[in-house]
Amino acid sequence: MTALRFVNARIVRPDGVADGELHVVGDRIVDAAPNAEVIDCRGKLLAPGIVDLGVFAIDREAFRAGGIVRVGLMPDQSPVLDDPGIVQRASLVGKPLLWIHPIAAATKGLQGADLAEMAIMKGAGARAVGTGRRWIADSGVMRKVLAYARDLDLTVVAHAEDGGLTGNAVATEGEAATRLGLPAAPSIAEALAIARDLALAEETGARLHFRQVTTAAGFELVRAAKRRGVQVTCGVTPAHLLLSDNAMSDFRTFAHLSPPLRSEEDRKAALVAVADGTIDVLCSGHDPRGPEEKRLPFADASPGASAAETLLALGLGLDLPVERLFAMLAINPASVLGVDTGRLLPGQPADLMLLDPQASWQIRGEAMKARAGNTPFDGLPTQGKVLRLWKGGKEI
Amino acid sequence: MRHSDHRPAALIEGGAVFPHRHLTGISGLQPHEIAFLLDEAEQWVEANRNRAKPDKRLDGLTLINAFFENSTRTLLSFEIAGKRLGADVVNMAVAQSSVKKGETLIDTAMTLNAMRADVIVIRHSSSGAVRLIAGKVDCPVLNAGDGSHEHPTQALLDALTIRRRRGSIAGQRVVICGDILHSRVARSNILALTALAAEVRVVAPATLMPAAIERMGVTPYADFDAALAGADVVMMLRLQNERMSGAFIPSTREFHLRYGLTLDRLALAKPDALVMHPGPMNRGVEIDSNVADHIERSAITEQVEMGVAVRMACLDVLTRRARKVEGWA
Repeated sequence: MTALRFVNARIVRPDGVADGELHVVGDRIVDAAPNAEVIDCRGKLLAPGIVDLGVFAIDREAFRAGGIVRVGLMPDQSPVLDDPGIVQRASLVGKPLLWIHPIAAATKGLQGADLAEMAIMKGAGARAVGTGRRWIADSGVMRKVLAYARDLDLTVVAHAEDGGLTGNAVATEGEAATRLGLPAAPSIAEALAIARDLALAEETGARLHFRQVTTAAGFELVRAAKRRGVQVTCGVTPAHLLLSDNAMSDFRTFAHLSPPLRSEEDRKAALVAVADGTIDVLCSGHDPRGPEEKRLPFADASPGASAAETLLALGLGLDLPVERLFAMLAINPASVLGVDTGRLLPGQPADLMLLDPQASWQIRGEAMKARAGNTPFDGLPTQGKVLRLWKGGKEI
Repeated sequence: MRHSDHRPAALIEGGAVFPHRHLTGISGLQPHEIAFLLDEAEQWVEANRNRAKPDKRLDGLTLINAFFENSTRTLLSFEIAGKRLGADVVNMAVAQSSVKKGETLIDTAMTLNAMRADVIVIRHSSSGAVRLIAGKVDCPVLNAGDGSHEHPTQALLDALTIRRRRGSIAGQRVVICGDILHSRVARSNILALTALAAEVRVVAPATLMPAAIERMGVTPYADFDAALAGADVVMMLRLQNERMSGAFIPSTREFHLRYGLTLDRLALAKPDALVMHPGPMNRGVEIDSNVADHIERSAITEQVEMGVAVRMACLDVLTRRARKVEGWA
C-alpha cells in the first residue's frame, strides 16, 4: 500500500487554506502515514481534484491537464445513456485514473416522453438522471421524472431553456444577434423553464440541479427557491461569467454555446450569483468539437466549447476565496452526484492536485491536450497551473 | 457627377479610399467609403444609358457567381455587370437542397479558389457564410446576401437611387416597412442610410421586429401610418411566402390591412415621397399595384437599373489591386 506525506503545503480545506502536512495511505487521506514517501510541496497549494459536473465527452488528456479526476458524464452520448449496459460501461471505462459518474437519461432516448429505467441504471453506476441538453416540454412527464427520481434519491440534472421559445435559435435576443442576423430567443426562455421545474421540484420534494443558469431572472428564481427551502442547486461555466454575446461578433463559432451567451447585464448578474452563493457549481461543460463541426456558418455549427483545461485557471481568475472556489469545483458537484469527496480531511478519497496559482500561461486552442481546441478564450493570458495530480493516491 | 455628403477633403483617389479586400457587408465601412462606391457607380449609370463605347476593364478576369440560394434578379444583375466590364462570368447555381451543409461549403470555397477566380460573388442562406468563405480564398469576395445578415449591394443601389432622386441622403426620412426580422436588405440599408445621416424608421408587426433594433440607430414603429408622417422615402420589403400564413402574421390580407402600401397611405408621406421595393413584389400584399406602378413616385425599376451600375462599381473597385491600377497596387 502506498503511503504519501505531503509537506510544506498550503492545504485547501473546506474552511480555508492552512499550512501543514497531509497524509495518504492507499487511496485515502489519513491522520498519519508511517514510512511514507515525502513530497515537498514547496509552499504551493494542495487542493482537491476537480469534479466536473456535466461533460459531453470523455477526454482523458484534457481532464488530466485541467486537474479533473471525476466527471459527471452527460447522457447526450451516442448511444444515449438510457440503458443499464451503456451506463455501466461508461462508469467503468475511465477507472482507475478517471472516475466517470454517468448522468443517466431521465427519459428513453432523451425524448421527454417515457421514463427510463432509473433504478436499474442506478444499480449500474448512474449517479444522477438528467434531461441532457434538451428540455422536457411535457410538464406531466417532468413531474413524473422528479417524483420517481426522488424515491431513488437521485438528483435530476435539468437543462433550463423553454424549447418553445428557443426553437431554432442560436443566440440570445439583443443587439449582437440583431446585427448579425442570427436566429435568437429571448433570455426569458431560461427563467420560464426554471420557474416550472422549481414549482415541480417543490411540489414533489425532489432534488433538482440546473446544470447552467445564465440569466439574471434565472438567478433570482433560484435564489428565492433556496430561501424557501427547495432542494435546488445550480451551476455555471466560466464562459458565461466572462463573456457576453458580443463575443459572437464576426460569427465566431467558438462562441456558439448552449445555452447561448447572454447580455452584459446577465453576465454581471452571474458574477453576483457566484459571490452570494446562489451558484453552487462551476463546471466546464467540456465539449470538444473539431473543425468539421465548427468551421461552418454560425447557425449551422455545433454548440459547445473545449473547456476542461481552462476551467481551473479561469476559476482562479474570479478572485474568490480559494476554499469557496474549490467548494464549487469539488465538494458541491460531488454532493449533487451523491459522492462524498472534495474535502482534504482524513477518510476522504486521496484525489489531490498540487497547484501553482501564480504560474502564468496563455490559452491557445491549438496547444490544447483536448480532442479539439474550440475555446472562446483563444489567446487569453491566464494564471494557474496544475503541477501534479493524484487520483486515489496514484499520481496520474 | 454628384459628390457625396461625406467625402473628407483629405482623401484622394487611390487604394486608401477603399482599403477593403472584400465587400461582405456595409458594417465595417466608413461613411466616406460608402460614398466613394456611390460616386464610382455614377459613371456606370451614364455609360449604361448611353450605350457608350464598351469599357472592358475586367477583360481576362473570371467572375464566379456562386449562389447557394435561389435568385434571379441579383444573379442576373451581377452577370450583366461583369459582362459589361468584359469579365468572363461563370454562374454556379447550387440549389441549397443538393448541397450538404458543413464541409461542403468550405470545400466549395477551396474549389473555387483552386480554379483561380478573380472575384467571387456569393449568396447563401446562412448568416455569416460569406465571411466564412472570404477567409478561405485568395480573391475578393462580394456578398450577394447571406441569411438575415447583410446584402450590401442592395443597400448601395438603394442609397444611390435615393441620392439621385432626392439630391442627398443626409436628413432624408426613410421608412422601411415589412419583415425587418428576417431581412438582410433592411439590415444593410439601416447601416448604410444611418451612416450617411438619414433618419431611418422601421415598421413591422411585433412578430417581425428584431430585438434591440433601436441600438442600430433607428426608430421602431408598429403603426405604419404614424411612421409615414413626413417621410421622404418609403421602402417596402418583400414578405417571404413561408412567413405569410400563421407563424408570424395571421394572413396576407391582415398584413395588407396593417402594413400594405396603398395610395391612401402614401398620402400620409411627403407629397413627393419616393416609393421603393427591392423586388420581387407581392402585389396586393405589401404594396398595391397603383403605388408600385406610380409613374412619378415609384423608383422600383430605377432601383434595378442602379443595381447594375453599383455592381459594376464594386467589381471594378475590388479588382483594382489585382489589376495593378495606379495608386491601388
